[in-house]
Amino acid sequence: MSDTILEIKDLVVHYVTDRTTVRAVNGISISLERGESLGLVGETGAGKTTTALSIMQLIPDPPGRIVSGEIRYEGEDLVAMSPARKREIRGNQVSMIFQDPMTALNPVLTVGDQIAEVVRLHQKISRAKATVKAQEMLELVGIPGERYPEYPHQFSGGMKQRVVIAMALACDPKLLIADEPTTALDVTIQDQVLDLIEKLMTGSGTSLILITHDLGVVAEICQKAAIMYAGEIVEYGTLPHIYQNTQHPYTVGLFGSVPNLNEDVDRLRPIKGLMPDPTEVPAGCVFAPRCPEASAECSAAPAPVVEVEPGHFVKCHKRRGGGSK
Amino acid sequence: MIKFIFRRLLMMIPVLIGVSFVIFSMLYFAPGDAADVILGDLATPEDKQLFRAEHGLDKPFLVQYFNYMKGVVTEGDLGTSYVTRQPVTIEIMERFPATLQLSAMSVFLAVVIGVTVGIISATRQYSFIDHLATSLSMIGVSMPNFWQGMMLIIIFSVALRWFPPSGFSTPMHWVLPAVTVGTNASANIMRMTRSSMLEIIRQDYIRTARAKGQTEAVVIWKHALKNALIPIITVVGLSFGRLLGGAVLTESIFSIAGVGKLMVDAIKLKNFPMVQGGVLFIAFVMSIVNLVVDVLYSFADPRIRSMYTRPRTRKAATAKEAA
Ligand SMILES: Nc1ncnc2c1ncn2[C@@H]1O[C@H](COP(=O)(O)OP(=O)(O)OP(=O)(O)O)[C@@H](O)[C@H]1O
Ligand SMILES: [Mg+2]
Repeated sequence: MSDTILEIKDLVVHYVTDRTTVRAVNGISISLERGESLGLVGETGAGKTTTALSIMQLIPDPPGRIVSGEIRYEGEDLVAMSPARKREIRGNQVSMIFQDPMTALNPVLTVGDQIAEVVRLHQKISRAKATVKAQEMLELVGIPGERYPEYPHQFSGGMKQRVVIAMALACDPKLLIADEPTTALDVTIQDQVLDLIEKLMTGSGTSLILITHDLGVVAEICQKAAIMYAGEIVEYGTLPHIYQNTQHPYTVGLFGSVPNLNEDVDRLRPIKGLMPDPTEVPAGCVFAPRCPEASAECSAAPAPVVEVEPGHFVKCHKRRGGGSK
Repeated sequence: MIKFIFRRLLMMIPVLIGVSFVIFSMLYFAPGDAADVILGDLATPEDKQLFRAEHGLDKPFLVQYFNYMKGVVTEGDLGTSYVTRQPVTIEIMERFPATLQLSAMSVFLAVVIGVTVGIISATRQYSFIDHLATSLSMIGVSMPNFWQGMMLIIIFSVALRWFPPSGFSTPMHWVLPAVTVGTNASANIMRMTRSSMLEIIRQDYIRTARAKGQTEAVVIWKHALKNALIPIITVVGLSFGRLLGGAVLTESIFSIAGVGKLMVDAIKLKNFPMVQGGVLFIAFVMSIVNLVVDVLYSFADPRIRSMYTRPRTRKAATAKEAA
């Protein structure tokens, strides 16, 4: 247990606006070991970014608010932590690669300075040393160090994404959150960036939370996967659990047909229907309206979390029997 | 950058020629003749004819305009004031320092107050402070200068006797006029800063800065403010340019011998060369302020800067990458 780097317990996050409350995250629990990587998968609006921002303690407030739950980083509760302590951890021990590289960089500061900034914040080194470190980071992600004094508008989208990655890795974080690091990029660069992240991760002992739509990527990089739907984690387990003993009807739907770890699984297959409006979450199981297996009990009460095998959790009425179908 | 400034200076020439031509023809065709104004009703027609010949006023319109412009360009001669018989250029230059000083002080005051309050307002949107600041800025924008000036005199000069009511000689004299003129500008700057900052602090890169563990102060004053500068520079430039043309009412109320007062007096007395020279001078000053604003834009935003300067590293770097 001592090697658990991150533990999220019953996290609930709401966005409260004048008229509505968006229940973006509804009681999710995740735990991540040191050096482990977890794939967080779900369709758009499932609450993946919100979960990531909660870990960073960067939920925009207002309108966002962590209503309840704990996020323990190395045993310390991030939610209850002092702002100064949060700043010590952010960018240093826990860092995040943001979803959209086009807007994640400050347009009026040079890319080099933006990388050097995070180094100088967390390491007591001189400006000159930080500059050298920033240039090293640029080289590491495949950008010539002499482009340090250039501005984001002089970079292509793929290069911006690399800069964002360099920034996130500059202080050797213990936990890296990568929020769809490739969706903004075209297909050829997607692979390069993923390879890059994978290469940088191996051997560093860094834990990774990889947010993606792509089950193939998860199979390639991660050891664990969590399937998110409408603010809940509906299935959670190791890759063999998820890929070879798929339990939740939603996950089954994601794979489209009989899933196979060795088979090349491409992007999410569309499932009939739409995710419930997060302002009006259904009373019963959130997936019931779209579920091919749904029965009366499903829409009556929220689905229970069932541990179908050690470490493999499914949030579904139909799996209560404790086994596969 | 030097090339850009030079090009902009060249572009000022047609603007100034246009302004001079318009103002020259307006005054030429306006009713009331300089000879009537200067010599008065008692002068004989012969006297008037003599006067016109002496000042070249009997020549055709275009010749007069050409002669005038020749004087302006070759020796900075804006003509001779009918009233004081002094060169217009000298009269303006005597008055300009006071106007420049009043404008600079007011704008400085306005920038310090406007930007600070605007940022505080934006970072605490809808708080009590924000509501208070926004209401005060509404009052600041809508309060007429002459009324505010008189109120300040009544309260701080007449009742409290803290500051002298008129003149512009010592720092104590500067306070009330600078506050009067600066109120309006600071309200404008505050509103612009607030709305610009409100937009910027919602941007993703601000979240990135926070994600690095940066302190809130640096996030706001460095990462956000630098991005919010363009519209702020615009209003500051506008206010400053307008003030350099003379804060007419304020100068009158506080009896400050500035350009504004000079112009009003010249218009009242139909002192045509003075009006003409003054307008041309103000147009010139405005053009310079605009140029400075444009240069500041490019300092604030590298995307604008790169339109004027050719990045040196760029070509080499991309070539290398392709290899
Ligand atoms: N600032 C906000 N204000 C109000 N609602 C928000 C805000 N941010 C997110 N939401 C809502 O919260 C829900 C979850 O959003 P989130 O960004 O976490 O989704 P996501 O899983 O990351 O989706 P995507 O795959 O498109 O990135 C959505 O319904 C979204 O509309
Ligand atoms: Mg997202």
